[in-house]
Amino acid sequence: MARTIETVAEELRAPSPAAILRKRVFGHYGLVFGIAVLAVIVLIALLAPLLAGHDPYAQDLVARMKPPFWMEGSDPEHLLGTDHLGRDYLARLLYGARISLSIGLFAALISGLIGTAMGVAAGYFGGRVDLVVTFLINVRLAMPVVLVALAVVAILGGSLQVVVCVLGLLLWDRFAVVMRSSVLQVRDLEYVNAAKAIGCSTRRIILLEIMPNVVNNLIVVVTLEMAHAILLEAALSFLGLGVQPPTPSWGLMISEGKQMMLFEPWLIAIPGVALFVLVLAINLLGDGLRDVTAPENRG
Amino acid sequence: MTTEPILKVENLTIDVPMAQGTLHAVRGIDFELRRGETLCIVGESGSGKSLTSLALMGLLPKKMRCKAAGLDFSGIDLQRQTPKAMRALRGDRMAMIFQEPMTSLNPAYTIGDQLMEALLLHRPVSKAEARARAIELLGKVGITAAESRLGQYPHQLSGGLRQRVMIAMALMCEPELIIADEPTTALDVTIQAQILRLLADLQREMNMAMILVTHDLGVVARIADKVVVMYAGEVVENGSAREIFENPRHPYTRGLLRCIPVPGKTKPGEHLGSIPGIVPSLIGKVEGCAFRSRCEVAEDACSSPVPVRRPGTDHAYRCIHDIPEGASA
Repeated sequence: MARTIETVAEELRAPSPAAILRKRVFGHYGLVFGIAVLAVIVLIALLAPLLAGHDPYAQDLVARMKPPFWMEGSDPEHLLGTDHLGRDYLARLLYGARISLSIGLFAALISGLIGTAMGVAAGYFGGRVDLVVTFLINVRLAMPVVLVALAVVAILGGSLQVVVCVLGLLLWDRFAVVMRSSVLQVRDLEYVNAAKAIGCSTRRIILLEIMPNVVNNLIVVVTLEMAHAILLEAALSFLGLGVQPPTPSWGLMISEGKQMMLFEPWLIAIPGVALFVLVLAINLLGDGLRDVTAPENRG
Repeated sequence: MTTEPILKVENLTIDVPMAQGTLHAVRGIDFELRRGETLCIVGESGSGKSLTSLALMGLLPKKMRCKAAGLDFSGIDLQRQTPKAMRALRGDRMAMIFQEPMTSLNPAYTIGDQLMEALLLHRPVSKAEARARAIELLGKVGITAAESRLGQYPHQLSGGLRQRVMIAMALMCEPELIIADEPTTALDVTIQAQILRLLADLQREMNMAMILVTHDLGVVARIADKVVVMYAGEVVENGSAREIFENPRHPYTRGLLRCIPVPGKTKPGEHLGSIPGIVPSLIGKVEGCAFRSRCEVAEDACSSPVPVRRPGTDHAYRCIHDIPEGASA
């Protein structure tokens, strides 16, 4: 192989940081796949009224239990068929994406705020604060999430808001654990001392000196907890204690289809696959982001 | 120099509560410092020199107890200041340079942002003014292409450059007192010399008082006006740099000085001196001379309280023996 001065120079030229980042992101197939699928689902959720063509709540008892397009006797009006009340299954699936995504997002947001605040306080201040937070984390870990959620929803009644709040108040443990340990690692570094030495207030040190250096650990936890919350919502709705009918939630759709499981398996297969794909995409995204942001992979 | 001292420390003690008892990390330190003077605190690891400098900045961890008969910084009693008032002082009128240039800069921000932070925090200046000041100071600490450096992140800089940036950061508000805690230990020898010369030049130029914490007597000999020798949390000898180097009295100081080779005096192949033994534990009650377990001239009387002897106006040492000038210990 002939190596001229030019090719060697080309090899030696350091790529720009943006180019390195681009290469890392696009070289990670799982991450690319996760981003693509999630983007499609988000678009679907946002554009549901335009895409659906049907009202997800409109019942049509004459056209009930129509099979989807790949089966005999399907109606081209209803691509994915209709449910037991004659509601368009495609429309319900598309609107259902809104429920799942917003539950995932808001539950992760609430629990993220709670868990981050607790974890950072425990990690930074240590001592008694740490004792209290660690105790709370242990208490929380000792509670079975599904049972507590069931009990609370049974008392307060199921609705989207209640489910979001309950999940948000239950899923903060991982945020707290992760933030506590990452802040512990950072708080004794000299730049934190240096910030104190130039007269920064505690609030400023936590928000501007420590947070930027630990926030990448949050990204992964956010995606994990989003997937977790989405699955829990589906489980609660399936048990009849989550989002209440006639709201189109994927868990509820599976629940409503379960009586017909033997004869019309597509009724649960379609929302089941949707749920699977969404959670898979979120998990791939989280995995990929961790790989890309992990310091040991920085080129 | 007859001006009022800018920093007066009287009988400073620092206690660290530990599981096994109280650790008396620093026991009764006194010194004074005027503007334009450099004070070197010398001692081995664990002698309390870093704690002393942290105490001056009010940066000791909360569980450590710090007491002093006087802790006066240009007329301000540092012990009576609220946390908010201390924050206003730190970085503005007193600044600190840390030991580890590798971790002293926040990896999440550019050099420029970190340089401007202190100035923006303490002075009512615009961003553009702070930027101009940052460029000026980077030039002063000998960093070329200062303007383009402002946009760089710490990982793009070498250790020597980072320490220069740290120095520039400490000088942003033109402090009256600068405390450098072993600023050159993490750097290689050639860079050490450059950084020290830089510090000394800047100190003279800005007429600051400087406290340099170090265990390197070579460094001390080069830039100190006054020297405080610490051993196991106590000042064993202090005085002007000339007195300490030419007429060391305390056996520990003499031992330390024997450890460094002197060009022209130390013959090739000759053994350098060493001080046998280790630093005693400071947990629990400490009585008498802490150095007696390693001292060549120790006797039973060393376990009773030790008097301070003053062979000159600017020289004091703590020993039960009245050690004559020049006599070998």
